[in-house]
Amino acid sequence: MKPQVVQQVRRWYWQRITAMIMTLFVLVHLVLMIHAIKGGLSAGEILARTQGSVLWALFYGLFVVLVSVHASIGLGNILVEWARLPQGSARLISNLVALALLVLGLRAVWAVTCGSMP
Amino acid sequence: MKINDARSRHHAIWWTFVVHRVSGLLLTVFLPIHFWTLGLALQGESALDRALAWYEAPVFRWGEWLLVLLLTVHALGGIRLLLIEFRPWRGLRRGWIVAGGIIALATSLLFLNASWK
Amino acid sequence: MSASAPMLRVEVWRGGEEGRFQTYEVPRRTSQTVLDVVTYIQQTLDSTLSYRYACRVGMCGSCAMRVNGVARWTCRTHVTRVADDDRLQLAPLANLPIVKDLVTDMAEFFNKNDRALGRFRGNRSRHERMAQVRPDSPARREADAGIECIGCAVCYSSCDVVAWRPDFLGPAALNRAWTLVNDERDIERAPRLVAVAGDGGCHACHTQGSCTVRCPKHLTPTASIAGLKRVTARALLRGEMPTTEGNS
Repeated sequence: MKPQVVQQVRRWYWQRITAMIMTLFVLVHLVLMIHAIKGGLSAGEILARTQGSVLWALFYGLFVVLVSVHASIGLGNILVEWARLPQGSARLISNLVALALLVLGLRAVWAVTCGSMP
Repeated sequence: MKINDARSRHHAIWWTFVVHRVSGLLLTVFLPIHFWTLGLALQGESALDRALAWYEAPVFRWGEWLLVLLLTVHALGGIRLLLIEFRPWRGLRRGWIVAGGIIALATSLLFLNASWK
Repeated sequence: MSASAPMLRVEVWRGGEEGRFQTYEVPRRTSQTVLDVVTYIQQTLDSTLSYRYACRVGMCGSCAMRVNGVARWTCRTHVTRVADDDRLQLAPLANLPIVKDLVTDMAEFFNKNDRALGRFRGNRSRHERMAQVRPDSPARREADAGIECIGCAVCYSSCDVVAWRPDFLGPAALNRAWTLVNDERDIERAPRLVAVAGDGGCHACHTQGSCTVRCPKHLTPTASIAGLKRVTARALLRGEMPTTEGNS
């Protein structure tokens, strides 16, 4: 089997694996958001919950990694099928998007768990 | 070769595919904004608060409702696909399409209701 | 026939890739199929019209074309089911090169079947004992669910992934491959899994379901393709898929 076909199969199952794990993350996140939005959203409320919390760091850190993989694979398909990009360009863009989501996302997790100033 | 037009796509399974793909795409576009906003905490609590105050405007409130709807629809549609791809064949799982739509709408309305409290 | 007999306005694609719709007036009858309509046009109104049919009783799939944008068998489509406002539009199947009018070149459709290794290879001759295959075994049930395919290309025409990805083998070829993957007598399971894997194969299917919704024999290529996804991924993870170097 050609190497690029192997990669295509791997992209398929990594997208499904990240999807399966994220069903749990999405459920928790939705419950949390519906609870948190009551009475309005403020930085203080968010940070009071997340500041210094290893649990939330791990939860959202992992969520960011999973969504970066999942979203970029899906985007790659859309670029090939709808934007008519060649496979190479689509892969490049989707890898860049994965990197951007990873960096921005982990930065955000850091910001709310460890990094904010009073 | 001639390609199909919209008439060949007038069936629920195809629309479910489009909703799943478009919701995923919109969520992917939204995420960097979401991450950037939360990243403002690095500049201090007040920086984040200023952004959140911005998001109190009605257009953003409806935007948040839409995001909850998109996320729930995408997740439930995704579970349907996982069932089709990994579980024994039980048809195209049209029941999941209907249930998914209803649950997604209900969840988003729960969120909207909560955000008005 | 009275002068005030109800008439159908039938737009028919004429030409090749470049062409136009030509309109014909066809007498509307009770118990009329779309095949009756196109045959009337060709025999009575315009003998230059090219179209395919053979059995006219829903067995061969030759008459497949698009009626009002939807791929179907004309011999099994009653006019009453599709003629809104006494109008019909007939076009050749999508995703295939047009030879002329309503006739498409089916070569690529059948080539993809070959590329998917959609043909049986056994290792017994008449001198060996016949294979004993239990009809109620899970694998045989899977195979039986898909073997009635007659290669009419309605599913191929209906699939958007076929339109979006020229390399995509398509629902019929993949369905056929699945029936053979489940055939315990076949000796080419391993190369067949290689042939149907990846974005040219089963992994490009997004479960749009048009194939399953439109199949005139009510087969389920979506199910077959899902099966192939599982089996190929599992084989890859278990190291059962030989990988080659380079782009050969």
